[in-house]
Amino acid sequence: MMSYDFDWSSIPGALPFLWQGMQVTLQITLMAILVGIVWGTLLAMMRLSKQRWLSWFAAGYINLFRSIPLLLVLLWFFLILPRLLEGVPGITPGTDLRLSSAMVGFALFESAYYAEIIRAGILSIPKGQQAAAFALGMNYRAAMRFVVLPQALRNMLPLLLTQAIILFQDTSLVYVSALADFFGAAYKVGDRDGRLVELLLFAGAVYFILCYSASSLVNYLSKRMKA
Amino acid sequence: MTRRLAMLFALCWLALPALAQEPTLKKIRDSGSITLGHRESSIPFSYYDDKQQVIGYSQEIMLKVVAAIKAELKLSALQIKMVPVTSQNRISLIQNGAIDIECGSTSNNTERQKQVSFSNSLFVIGTRLLTRTSSGVKDFSDLAGKNVVTTAGTTSERLLRRINEEKKLGMSIISAKDHGESFLTLETGRAVAFMMDDALLYGELAKAKKPGDWVVVGTPQSREAYGCMLPKDDVAFKKVVDEAIARVMSSGEAEKIYSRWFLNPIPPKGLNLNFPLSDDMKALYKNPNDKAFE
Amino acid sequence: MSYAWHWEVLLQPAASGTDTYLGWMLSGLKLTLMLSLSAWLMALLLGTLLGVLRTVPRWSGVAAVYVELFRNIPLLVQLFIWYFVLPELLPATWGDAYKQLNPYLQQFLAAWVCLGFFTSARVCEQLRSGIEALPPGQKNAGLALGLTLPQTYRLVLLPMAWRLVLPPLTSEFLNIFKNSAVASTIGLLELAAQGRQLVDYTAQPYESFIAVTVFYMLINIVVMTLMHQLEQKVRVPGYGK
Repeated sequence: MMSYDFDWSSIPGALPFLWQGMQVTLQITLMAILVGIVWGTLLAMMRLSKQRWLSWFAAGYINLFRSIPLLLVLLWFFLILPRLLEGVPGITPGTDLRLSSAMVGFALFESAYYAEIIRAGILSIPKGQQAAAFALGMNYRAAMRFVVLPQALRNMLPLLLTQAIILFQDTSLVYVSALADFFGAAYKVGDRDGRLVELLLFAGAVYFILCYSASSLVNYLSKRMKA
Repeated sequence: MTRRLAMLFALCWLALPALAQEPTLKKIRDSGSITLGHRESSIPFSYYDDKQQVIGYSQEIMLKVVAAIKAELKLSALQIKMVPVTSQNRISLIQNGAIDIECGSTSNNTERQKQVSFSNSLFVIGTRLLTRTSSGVKDFSDLAGKNVVTTAGTTSERLLRRINEEKKLGMSIISAKDHGESFLTLETGRAVAFMMDDALLYGELAKAKKPGDWVVVGTPQSREAYGCMLPKDDVAFKKVVDEAIARVMSSGEAEKIYSRWFLNPIPPKGLNLNFPLSDDMKALYKNPNDKAFE
Repeated sequence: MSYAWHWEVLLQPAASGTDTYLGWMLSGLKLTLMLSLSAWLMALLLGTLLGVLRTVPRWSGVAAVYVELFRNIPLLVQLFIWYFVLPELLPATWGDAYKQLNPYLQQFLAAWVCLGFFTSARVCEQLRSGIEALPPGQKNAGLALGLTLPQTYRLVLLPMAWRLVLPPLTSEFLNIFKNSAVASTIGLLELAAQGRQLVDYTAQPYESFIAVTVFYMLINIVVMTLMHQLEQKVRVPGYGK
């Protein structure tokens, strides 16, 4: 016998708010993917660079972010970014910085993970390709841009997409900064109405459906790419 | 390029603790906006309704204060930004300037006064227990050896820990993140009682699936005054806020606001808290002040 | 407001009891380690079992459903479901028995089961790819020698697969320490939670956060060093790098 008496009546009225939350989640995810790939590519190239201080900086950055919990990073940015930006003209300390601090924290954190994926991708391209590009008279930049990176990106695509799905799930952690992302919104509605159990199950089901569909799609794509 | 960027990061990092904070009124005038801290589920003080608008007793008074600030600064328009806070982060957010003022359900006490300032009090509560009618719990002494829940970061949490140590009750204390989570812990039988400010307990009770199953009991362990939190030692700002609150109380407006939130059905589900005006509250309305009880 | 550094605050006696704030932090560190290590043990056992099932055609579907379920729901949501929802779905007597436990034990158990299950799905997938990477001849040779299928797995395939997947497992092992920080959201006073609590009690946010960050980095360094040594030791000559 189950002891719990379910009451789902809170959900229909809360759907607009939950949808707003989902938009916040998607915003953070997209931002982190974009910044993560761009900054991650730069980091990966720095890490592989022969300039020692560049590669040290990148290694330090990547190792720092990969050794601490995302939750801690988000708390750091939640606490610190408002202070940091006090000195920037045009941004008053009162500006609601939760969304931007979550985005910045996320993007910087995920870049470290993207950097490692991309580094592996670059390393997977045979050295001869780069040598051939140089022999054709290309400089390092051109060789990277036209020869190495396009192939590396293609190889990494499934991994990059999988990481994006993980990232989408990880956004739920912004809950610690009281930001109403999808999970935060569900939690808040549940907390207000005394219906946490129902809202948590609902949130879990929504995440599952979205992530499962997305990862099936990624599997399908990567099979087609191989074929 | 990257090196310069790294230097910039490093510099920001070093400079960060030294950044100065402007007086609040100047900041509000210059930016044309004010940032209000509010709670999300402190029924009926500060919480979301069905349209996710912030409503409640404290919220209504905070808006009166904002109007007074606007008049004081002779601003034609004042943009209002709302930031939800929790019991755990509200003090840091005032300290780091992320919010200018928070009116919710924050107790004014001397310990917190070391970190923030408090306005004239909004409300006076006693800390008591919510329990099942059938639990047999009548007072704090009945809690020995039992699981008791309270909300993290509240004065009740500290009080409960202190009672537990002083009286050797051997309670297991659960600290939930917000009042709704505390009540869930109680409702699902993980704890026999929920210690919190009586007004908030009435709020949670009203949300219950069967309100008749629940009762508020126990000798108040403390009387506490809720005030609005303000940045520490900003005298000019505090004066404007205090005067606005005193005006609301002496004009009789406050009593109307009280009856709207404590004696009538409130959103989102039309609950009625039926929490009559206490003697402490009558005294406060007659003589507004910013005294902490402890 | 200028920030005044007060590192000595960590050595001051804490608000309640005789401990110092640093003592609080160390007790948080201890919980983080206990939680992560015990969850890792569970993940290894469960993950191995599932990884094997995943390569046996008859059972592979069941294991796949399991993996998809735990991979496609955010860890935080899983934790809340374990902690808040599951006890309500259990038969009343079980749920009540759980709820009568000491609350800290309840939090620990929920976090332990959550991390264990979550990570086991990942271990399962790693191990499956390890087993599938072995030449089919190994399995056939085991069977041809007269070993039963379970024996073949136990004596031939798993020892090889284990050694092959050790490097990717190291990163899952590191992840479990980091993931354990979500337990702070249900009130378990592990390392990250102690850091937050210290911010409240000491009003010195940077000191406590820097200290917590350093502790996590130390865990990371220690685990990486140990696992690196283990990897060297069990490397299969002629396989991989």
